[in-house]
Amino acid sequence: MQLNKILKSLVIALPMLTLAACSSTTDTTTNDAVESATQQATNDAANADAESGSNVVVGSDTDVSIDAVENLTTEEVKKQVIDELRKRHVVYFGFDQQAVTAEYGELLQDHANFLIDNPAVKVLIEGHADERGTPGYNIALGDRRADAVVKYLNNLGVSSSQISTVSYGEEKPVNTSHTAAAFSQNRRAVLVY
Amino acid sequence: MHITKRFLSFFILCFMQIQIAHAALEIVITEGTNSARPVAVVPFKWLGTQPKPKGMTDFASIIADDLRNSGRFSPLERSLMPQTPATENAVDYAAWKETGVEAIVIGTVKPLADGRLQIHFQLVNVLSGFKNQTPQKIDEQLVKNNDHIKLNLKGNFSTRRPRHISHRLSDYIFEELTGTRGAFLTRIAYVAINYDDKYPFKLLISDYDGMNQHVLFRSTEPVMSPSWDPTGKKLAYMSMEDKKHEIWIYDLVTQKRELIEPYKGSNILPVFSPDGTKLSMILSKSGQADVYVYDLKTKKLDRLTKNRGIDTEATWAPDGKSIVFTSERGGRPQIYQINLESKKIKRLTFEGNANLNPSISPDGQNLVMVSLQKGKYSVTKQDLSDGYVQKLTNGRLDKSPSIAPNGSMVIYSTVVKGKQVLSLVSMDGRFKAVLPASDGEVKAPAWSPFLTSKKN
Repeated sequence: MQLNKILKSLVIALPMLTLAACSSTTDTTTNDAVESATQQATNDAANADAESGSNVVVGSDTDVSIDAVENLTTEEVKKQVIDELRKRHVVYFGFDQQAVTAEYGELLQDHANFLIDNPAVKVLIEGHADERGTPGYNIALGDRRADAVVKYLNNLGVSSSQISTVSYGEEKPVNTSHTAAAFSQNRRAVLVY
Repeated sequence: MHITKRFLSFFILCFMQIQIAHAALEIVITEGTNSARPVAVVPFKWLGTQPKPKGMTDFASIIADDLRNSGRFSPLERSLMPQTPATENAVDYAAWKETGVEAIVIGTVKPLADGRLQIHFQLVNVLSGFKNQTPQKIDEQLVKNNDHIKLNLKGNFSTRRPRHISHRLSDYIFEELTGTRGAFLTRIAYVAINYDDKYPFKLLISDYDGMNQHVLFRSTEPVMSPSWDPTGKKLAYMSMEDKKHEIWIYDLVTQKRELIEPYKGSNILPVFSPDGTKLSMILSKSGQADVYVYDLKTKKLDRLTKNRGIDTEATWAPDGKSIVFTSERGGRPQIYQINLESKKIKRLTFEGNANLNPSISPDGQNLVMVSLQKGKYSVTKQDLSDGYVQKLTNGRLDKSPSIAPNGSMVIYSTVVKGKQVLSLVSMDGRFKAVLPASDGEVKAPAWSPFLTSKKN
């Protein structure tokens, strides 16, 4: 998947950009300084890839990302990564279930990587339930689903200080049709940046 | 089962007369009972020197609807009334006996110089009225017995809330005829949702019959679980307007609200204690949902449950000495009761796959809850003395049952034709009515306490 690959390469590129930006901001904080640091970082990234060379797929993808990133500031790069993450930010659950299933491992790994690389970034995890059961039970269930995602991210190394949670229970469905199809779409945890 | 459908005839009239927010509700009876007692509410006679003003409230019509909405009475159609007497001495008992009604309500409305209305109404028993027409000989004297006049009341009322006058008269009539206090002069609070609105989530109150609807609060974020204080003047609810759980207390008199300083995590399901001094609530500040009691005066917080599973949906027993709640401590959600003095916890429910959202009826006799059976959630009632469980509703997603203060009826939310609406079911399960909203969805109903003191 093209977007997925862009996302991954950005995840790799961003920490380097961040580091470069940090090292060069000691004497100046102007935009020019940040941009030049970006330029340097992208060059570094390109060099690194040229040296490793052996992975053709990674190499070509990285080139693409460099083209895209070249004129961006770190903040803009971060936004682009977040935009990519926002497209894949929902974990669905089985009926009355609160365990994160294996199919969301990759999705959460991407989010974890980004959060670990960007310790200043905070994420809010919303827990949601379908409307089966009662509002009072479902809001507690939503809490547990959010907590399950937190634990998963914690286990991948994300600091608890970057994560907060809130449960919406059954109060904010994405599908309001009161059907079985709606229920499975509504049982979810959403990662919000 | 005898089924009738009836729309409130005065609905359009009142909609114009009183400023009502949109999404008004109306009661539609879906299941009546054969045992409903036939009565008649004769149109009240206007005694003004001027003709009756246009749009003047039809008190008798509202009383008849109240009686019908209780499920206990079947008011006679006006077209079938043999006469419309204004006072008891004008009643043709023989003619009324023919109609088969047990009792008739008659009354007069007289405008007073100060703008108020003087209402005089009487409730008379038809059979004993027929019998009493013939004076009886007691101690050699002919005595006219008047024990067929069950109520003979006169009162002066402000016209500010004409429907409330009718509900109050209905309360008197209901109590006289059933021995149970009437709950017509009560309100409901509920949440309405319309995703097309700029503020989709609204907290509203209306009279018990859906009329006199007022929006108290509107928000872009969910509003949950309104709960009345024992005076009917305050509402506690949870709002997510700040993207977190916050419990607010809304004062209906001042129209102001007060925030209960939120704790970390969930702050949900506030419920006033019967004496109004405390709020039970569910907090997750210690990691999982537990039952707490918050003292409104001292702001002291008491933790009642400590359990790794979910403890939620706490409500007070009517005597205030215990709290019932939903807990997963036994695996699946079941109902438990905690004695507030001994702090001892006992399990109350054992039937069904799961039981949730408990409340105890005002007489302390019954536990009303939501039960999961064969994949469907319905409202059930469990007799607390013998454990007998009765299913009250047959929906798939019935929830949020709230009991009328006289214990006669339960209001709950259900899904009808793909929309969440409020419904009524009598405590014996035999009478059912829905209150469909004109637009949007409606849920989380809470029945108010009595809004008048016991007498006058």
